[in-house]
Amino acid sequence: MEELTGAQALVRSLERQGVEVVFGLPGGTILPTYDPLLSSRLRHVLVRHEQGAGHAAEGYAWATGKPGVCMATSGPGATNLVTALSDAYMDSVPMVAITGQVGRSLIGTDAFQEADITGITLPITKHNELVTDPERIPAAIAEAFHIATTGRPGPVLVDLPKDVQQATAPWRVTDWPPPMDLPGYQVPGPPSRAAIQAAALLLLQARRPVLYVGGGVIKSDSHADLLRLAELAQAPVTTTLMARGAFPDTHPLALGMPGMHGTYPAVAALQEADLIVALGARFDDRVTGKLADFAPRARIVHADIDPAEIGKNRAADVAIVGDLRLTMAGLADAVAALTGGPSDAVQPETADWRAVLDGWKRQFPLRYTQHSDGPLKPQYVTERLSALTGGDAIIVAGVGQHQMHASQHYTFTRPRSWINSGGAGTMGFAVPAAMGAQVGRPGETVVAIDGDGCFQMTAQELATCAIEKIPIKVLIFNNGFLGMVRQWQELFYDERYSSVELGTAIPDYVKLAEAYGCVGLRCDRADEVDAVLDKALAKSDVPVVVDFRTHDREGVFPMVAAGRPNDEIVLGPEFSADEQRVATRREMEL
Amino acid sequence: MTTHTLSVLVENKPGVLAHVAGLFSRRAFNIASLAVGPTHDERVSRMTIVVDGASTSVDQVKKQLEKLVRVLKVVELADGGAVERELALIKVRVDPALRGQLLEVAGVFGANVVDMSPTTLVLESVSSPAKLDSLLAMLASYGTCELVRTGRIALARGPRVITDEPGTPGLRTAAAGRAEAAA
Repeated sequence: MEELTGAQALVRSLERQGVEVVFGLPGGTILPTYDPLLSSRLRHVLVRHEQGAGHAAEGYAWATGKPGVCMATSGPGATNLVTALSDAYMDSVPMVAITGQVGRSLIGTDAFQEADITGITLPITKHNELVTDPERIPAAIAEAFHIATTGRPGPVLVDLPKDVQQATAPWRVTDWPPPMDLPGYQVPGPPSRAAIQAAALLLLQARRPVLYVGGGVIKSDSHADLLRLAELAQAPVTTTLMARGAFPDTHPLALGMPGMHGTYPAVAALQEADLIVALGARFDDRVTGKLADFAPRARIVHADIDPAEIGKNRAADVAIVGDLRLTMAGLADAVAALTGGPSDAVQPETADWRAVLDGWKRQFPLRYTQHSDGPLKPQYVTERLSALTGGDAIIVAGVGQHQMHASQHYTFTRPRSWINSGGAGTMGFAVPAAMGAQVGRPGETVVAIDGDGCFQMTAQELATCAIEKIPIKVLIFNNGFLGMVRQWQELFYDERYSSVELGTAIPDYVKLAEAYGCVGLRCDRADEVDAVLDKALAKSDVPVVVDFRTHDREGVFPMVAAGRPNDEIVLGPEFSADEQRVATRREMEL
Repeated sequence: MTTHTLSVLVENKPGVLAHVAGLFSRRAFNIASLAVGPTHDERVSRMTIVVDGASTSVDQVKKQLEKLVRVLKVVELADGGAVERELALIKVRVDPALRGQLLEVAGVFGANVVDMSPTTLVLESVSSPAKLDSLLAMLASYGTCELVRTGRIALARGPRVITDEPGTPGLRTAAAGRAEAAA
């Protein structure tokens, strides 16, 4: 029988698993693995910081639906992955992290570059394992990918002591995957037909239904059946920050994003709904506002693959646990059967409701003003980008005002075209995640929309992008502030601006881009936006960074203050006091 | 305090206790007690976890525990439907004049004297949680100076066993395991 070192077994396992690319950075305890990696067909992308490897693996997973893989050495290498693992855990991103560990005999001795990474990542991984037997490596890797990608996806970390990588063991695997030893791991089975039938009936009986669509729809690739379901039931659709692109923004039933910075029609529709069908969504506090006042008259259908999400925040009247792809197809089929039958068919009666929502869309749209000679507005840049790319680019955002403006103003028409850090809210996500997305979908236009604060946290990956020929476009909305923090200080801390001013000029982002081997552009006028974007989008061989000098006092609206009821939505300075009054004192008679 | 008693079968592997304890801490669930030990199948350990039901949704605890990869089965034991026991060792400082009285109290509660010095006694009590609480209340007036409790362990009454629950892998004795491995 063939004898392999643990390192060889690891690399072969990754190959047999179908991994194409690993984002990583070597160091002492992972060195044994980097040797066989050199002669493997696996592509290794050498990042400049392990956090970049983690976010790149996430971006790859978001963009492709396949698990992302990152690799780091022990100690600081591993702890630098922590933020990305936490991010992937919050947003249910399938990802496998492989870390070196000090040799078995050194574990627990405070050895050089030792960190208890399985202990550290225990609450932020779906599972993790310290592998102490080289013969277990193939099964451990197969299990890691199985756990990361099935059920509710998430990150899995495999920690490999250096001497386990060096020791040899017989390679016994014939068929991949090898037998797995996971007696306690159960993926929920198919959804209950009875629950689906009950939900379909409720949906057709509802007069004010809303489909509340979360990231699960994208992860389960059930967007096609979502479209069918929405059209059959004539039910309006709101797509959360995790689900932008799951339903085309151009569709008449689309309400846009709900939540703290959601559109007025989406927020108000949920508040006034008599039925909310939550599909792969988790009633996050950023969506519900003050939970006790969320959607007070709505019955709830909650479909999710994770049984622990059902009833966690909001009780469900009908719970559907299982693979959302099956649930969505089942729901669409059930609604089709109910509406398409002979004389006793049930027909959706949502025309009045849709008329109300269409009125709200006209009355309370996302609104901003771009004066031709005034300061540049981030919303305007986003809308021009949307127009010039035909809504076809893959947009990656960091966290903050730019993220909200991108989510609100880009017209998303297809799934996996929007990538961002939702649950964890990780500043610095965009550049490395865009890099990973571009590696996963090399032929497409990948645009990172980033803030100047975020950008400076992970900008070093521009070097990786330039050297590896990963031609991402980075649009910095440079307002010289930690903008969202500034907005909160403006609204909630009496305009006392404490430690939020970054300055627009340092660093010089054009020079920085050039120093990293990228193209650097700058734009501070509305009438130059199209030309600069055209120039940036035309580059396909080299990364581009554009320094958009945007208005430093522009806020993100609408806004529901943290912990406040959604009915207290603030439309923002673009709306008059009268309009605000009308918006908050809805009188529904349906 | 309203409590819920959970029986949890877990894989007997390194780090399992950390995963379970970590879950409770991360989700801000309150544990009243946790007892763990091997079962007749050496691959499987059994935890008895008593959860404070006032501050914690026991439904969430069960669902989150079931998501842990090394957790095999979670069963909530119904009030009164289970035999519940706890072992305590109690060191009591006692005036020799009152020793007889104290031994009488111990006798009423079925506690044994397992150590004695001129000024102290160590009592061993195996009893239901309620009875143990009563004993401790009685002893307080004498001067309990050291107390150690194992935490509650429990088994459902009647013929049903935990492995009858759907989705539970069967357990085997260590001898059967050795026989299987040898084959």
